[in-house]
Amino acid sequence: MNAHVVDPTPFAQHLPDGKSRLELSVHGAHCGGCIAKIEGGVGSLTGVGAARLNLSTGKLTVSWRTGALAPMAITRKLNDLGYRAAPFDPKALARDADEEGKFLLRCLAVAGFAAANIMLLSVAVWAGHDGEMGPATRAMMHWVSAAIALPAAAFAGRPFFRSAYTALKAGRANMDVPISLAVILALSLSVFETLNHGRDAYFDAAVMLLFFLLIGRFLDHRLRMRSRAAAQDLLAMQATTASRLGANGQLEAVSATDIGVGDKLLLSPGDRAPVDGEIAEGASDIDVSLVTGESAPAHMTIGDKLHAGVLNISSRLIMRATATTDESLLADLTRLIETGEQGKSKYVRLADRAAALYVPLVHSLALATFLGWFFLSDAGLRVAVMNAVAVLIITCPCALGLAAPAVQVVATGRLFKEGVLVKSGDALERLAEVDAFIFDKTGTLTLGRLTLANQETIAPESLAKAAMLARASRHPLARAIVAAAGSGPLAKDVYETSGCGVEGLIDGARARFGRADWVGVATDPGQDEASQSSEAWFQLGDQPSVRFQFEDKIRTHASETIAALKDQHVNVEMLSGDRKAPARHIADLAGIDQWRANLSPMDKIARLKELQSQGVKIAMVGDGLNDAPALASAHASLSPGTAADASQAAADFVFQGASLSPVLTAYDVSQKARSRILENFAFAALYNVCAIPLAVFGFVTPLIAALAMSGSSIIVTLNALRLSSYHKEGAIR
Amino acid sequence: MTALIYLIPIALFLGGLGLAAFIWTVRSGQYDDLEGAAERILIDDETEDS
Repeated sequence: MNAHVVDPTPFAQHLPDGKSRLELSVHGAHCGGCIAKIEGGVGSLTGVGAARLNLSTGKLTVSWRTGALAPMAITRKLNDLGYRAAPFDPKALARDADEEGKFLLRCLAVAGFAAANIMLLSVAVWAGHDGEMGPATRAMMHWVSAAIALPAAAFAGRPFFRSAYTALKAGRANMDVPISLAVILALSLSVFETLNHGRDAYFDAAVMLLFFLLIGRFLDHRLRMRSRAAAQDLLAMQATTASRLGANGQLEAVSATDIGVGDKLLLSPGDRAPVDGEIAEGASDIDVSLVTGESAPAHMTIGDKLHAGVLNISSRLIMRATATTDESLLADLTRLIETGEQGKSKYVRLADRAAALYVPLVHSLALATFLGWFFLSDAGLRVAVMNAVAVLIITCPCALGLAAPAVQVVATGRLFKEGVLVKSGDALERLAEVDAFIFDKTGTLTLGRLTLANQETIAPESLAKAAMLARASRHPLARAIVAAAGSGPLAKDVYETSGCGVEGLIDGARARFGRADWVGVATDPGQDEASQSSEAWFQLGDQPSVRFQFEDKIRTHASETIAALKDQHVNVEMLSGDRKAPARHIADLAGIDQWRANLSPMDKIARLKELQSQGVKIAMVGDGLNDAPALASAHASLSPGTAADASQAAADFVFQGASLSPVLTAYDVSQKARSRILENFAFAALYNVCAIPLAVFGFVTPLIAALAMSGSSIIVTLNALRLSSYHKEGAIR
Repeated sequence: MTALIYLIPIALFLGGLGLAAFIWTVRSGQYDDLEGAAERILIDDETEDS
């Protein structure tokens, strides 16, 4: 466990009662054993008062007596226990006790209680309609119903009333306007009828309407909370701290945002550069893959420029900051991401589009009903109002309110099981609409890490000996050797020369593993620098040297996934920041005919814009920091779980594992979800076609209204549940 | 029918008790960590001699 440990000191909160508190996002906790290990481990540190882990959100809250321990001890302890932890920035963290969710749940409970009890009374009234129940008893039943329904609706209807009021004040109309109108009119009419000893009251319908709609609202909220939690988690991973070198050479931990131009920062192996800068002391191998998409690490020395986000691999560096976080490349990318996301937020959800058509239609129908009954018949004002309200109640978008959230909850749950995290419900809608997929190369089509390519030509003994040296290094080539060789001993007197290789003693003989010219092998003069960086040589004593070749392996099922996408008439293109030769190689393997190489992040966006201006809706799949702006500005976006944190934050979907097939699964499920939603809308429309004439001509009784409403809601929910059990034929496993 | 005069209030009272209990569970945050609560019961208590 030698992963990078963050010093969370800048994010600790000092409370007035002499205690300090820290909230950490902990990755990798999945079971009760983890809870016990983490809470026990952190709780045993001296001074810690309480440690509580929320397993659902992965958030650990620790409090301790201020000054009793260094906050770094907590992350170090977690790292020792085997968990990756990052602090939440208390300023960035919205007070997330999820007040809104609790409020909706309380409303839901009250509406459910009221609906159930009023229904008991209503069933008795309906059953007694043929004269078994006297008018006095019926009136009492109605009064009791009113006593339950009025306060319950006033309490549970608030989410709708508030939203309708805000919309009306702004001069707009949303779905909540007809809902509020139907509830208020139904209740007023029922009170009026009760006062006049009338036969029909709609208390049950009004409250049941609220109950069903609140279910839809609550599901929708849950979905949004889950994606917000994922976003906050990623934000925490970005809230990096840095070690700043003071004037007297002492080290202090600072938040990356506090770094000023000219500050000297210590960059240990495993650290990422928090801001743009240049190397002031030392030399090391730098992994720039997340920034530029190039898979082979570069050797850098004094004076070389470091972009924010690059990873130091081999030895300690001191860098001088040349920009603050606001001015760094990272910040430029963040701004591009934000612009992209603003574009996305203009997307109008299917349900809202349906409502925009539906609401005016229904309101004019209700008005027409009122006018028709009032002027064309001699039934009088009371009957005209009754029938107009019946139209409003029966057409109230109950099924419409449930249609989309129910499907989206089932679809995200299903994708979650397949290792795909969906960040929002409308992401599913957007992904279903795309007609082109754009893939990044490194880390997206490929695994983003080098693996040994010519293992079959190397004697196992040579591999085992080379691994004895490689175990001492963090260099990607060395790690690939270790991954191929498995665990074993370490050579003696191992010493790593940055940019060259590792040397040490094996069985008393000197051994070297590294670059060809450093190991002492004559290199082919025709060979370019790039192909040299994807090979290494091993020499032991006087024995002949052994050549190790490495490649960035393509993800499993990549070509099958691409082929399946093409079968569905989706265009596939690859945009890479890497050089031409490796890009062509991967494009050929994956079966992609259209590809471009040597692209900067801006080039990628330009290509996206070009396609978008032709009316193409794009799904972007990428992982690097350089892809993040493109991810944010695409119509829908996916990124692998190994991607840069900013890219994961920008993407709509995050998929796990070494296979590319989750991309296809996500696309399939989103299309299935879209057709379920449309089916649900179609069903809601059909139901209205049948029910509206009944209401317009005055045949709707409270019993029919109640049956129609619950019936349609249940059918819509059942249709959504079908999604969880579908199996795609020939799905890639 | 006179039985209704006390049966309905009793029914409503019992239903109301359930509602109050549910709202209390929401208020006290018992739905904040559903997965954790399911797992915590499996954690062994630390005994004095261990």
